[in-house]
Amino acid sequence: MNPAPSVIVFTVLSGMGFGFLALLGLTGVSGTVAFFLWGLGYGLAVAGLVASAFHLGNPQRALLAFTQWRTSWLSREAWASVITLGLFAPQALSDWLGLGLGRGFGVAGAVMAGVTVFCTAMIYAQIRAVPRWHHWTVPPVFLAYAVAGGLVLSGVSVLALPMLCVLGVTLALHWHFGARAFARAGATMESATGLGRVGAVSVFEQPHTGGNYLLREMIHVVGRRHAERVRMIAMVFSVLLPSLALAWLSGGVAVVVAAATYLIGALAQRWLFFAEAEHVVGLYYGRR
Amino acid sequence: MTGLPERTEKKLGLVIDLDTCVGCHACVTACKGWNDQGYGAPLSDQNPYGADPSGTFLNRVHSYAVQPTDTAAQIINFPRSCLHCEDAPCVTVCPTGASYKRAEDGIVLVNEAACIGCGLCAWACPYGARELDQAAGVMKKCTLCVDRIYNEALPEADREPACVRTCPTGARHFGDFADPESKVSRLTAEREGFALMPEMGTRPVNRYLPPRKKDRPEEASLLAPLLDIKATGLAGWLDRVLGKI
Repeated sequence: MNPAPSVIVFTVLSGMGFGFLALLGLTGVSGTVAFFLWGLGYGLAVAGLVASAFHLGNPQRALLAFTQWRTSWLSREAWASVITLGLFAPQALSDWLGLGLGRGFGVAGAVMAGVTVFCTAMIYAQIRAVPRWHHWTVPPVFLAYAVAGGLVLSGVSVLALPMLCVLGVTLALHWHFGARAFARAGATMESATGLGRVGAVSVFEQPHTGGNYLLREMIHVVGRRHAERVRMIAMVFSVLLPSLALAWLSGGVAVVVAAATYLIGALAQRWLFFAEAEHVVGLYYGRR
Repeated sequence: MTGLPERTEKKLGLVIDLDTCVGCHACVTACKGWNDQGYGAPLSDQNPYGADPSGTFLNRVHSYAVQPTDTAAQIINFPRSCLHCEDAPCVTVCPTGASYKRAEDGIVLVNEAACIGCGLCAWACPYGARELDQAAGVMKKCTLCVDRIYNEALPEADREPACVRTCPTGARHFGDFADPESKVSRLTAEREGFALMPEMGTRPVNRYLPPRKKDRPEEASLLAPLLDIKATGLAGWLDRVLGKI
């Protein structure tokens, strides 16, 4: 699949933002620092959501995406993200201005933040035609990235370090199952063309000499060539380096270094998530 | 609404005969020609006369070399377009309700006025039936020529999809699969028509007819009995003697 920058930035930033907002919602901070921390969470989440609009062909109609929540995970995600941001707003104001609202809105917002990230993951996990995505490990990866991102930004290493370990294990599982997902889905050139009943199928001639939308969007081969290397970068930068930074450094420096490396790792992982995912339509072109 | 209809009154679709298709791409051209005018945004081309031309098509013809285990390879031409699936994943993923399946005849269509061009339906389709038009930013797909098949302004012979109407070898057939007596249903039954990638759970409506069994070259010559000449007389004696030396 084509790793479109807008979608990568969207899933990484909004995931990290919602993770951090959930943490703020649950724990609570007060005073001026609350303004900046809540602002950071909102900034990340909203920046991600805005980025997602950039890959639309007709973004002016984006509001229509709220209509099909009964069937569409993308529509559910739109609702969940707006509800989440709405729920956190009174909590953020209360924390900043000391209104003493209690944690009700924060806890409800944290739950909805989880729902939002789950919906984001399901947009991909629902797609059967991309076997690597159509797997139970996809929502855990997105959720683990969100929670770990929030904890890294908080700098609470007691919680962040175990969560980064969980993230590492989740990633390893996702890659482990992903490697055999395509074969397990059972789609082959023979089943795609139905010509397996005649014999072994290979491409004699492509249907067109130029490129097309399908080739650009769904038959992206660059990522797979470097998959092992990118996987290593993702693991080192989003799990190992933030852990070391939080363990060895202290204060603001630890958070900045950990968050920066984590972001690089998350972007690498998300780039690979798209780039190495194979769509079954590639079978018609004899490519994967 | 992007929920799928429980059942559709008709199940309109195509039968594509892989035995008869010669891979001439006339259906591709006719489809592009018809859908450049009238229904929805025209199928655009980018840089059509330049070094790297690209464009939107609703129908593409592949050619495969198929190697049976025990005889010579065959070339099979393979037109690929929307299969108007009963469990169309492209419909349910749509966030805006632009993508829908008609309850009356089962045609899967896109309401372009509601399409935001997110591309999710194209991802959801295993068959590559949908292409995002790069000029209009909306999703394009086969409409089964919905603006021809019910169009009373056209002569009756023309009230079928452009690809079917134009096919010079009669490799494409249009009809209602819900009617067991229709031409498409009978062809499917007689020729063991099959669906593509059933493992994707989409329940396609369109069917493909497999190539007919080809004649095989005879193992032994047809003249074998006539060539089995028993030599007699002088020739027979020579044959025996020379064989012994």
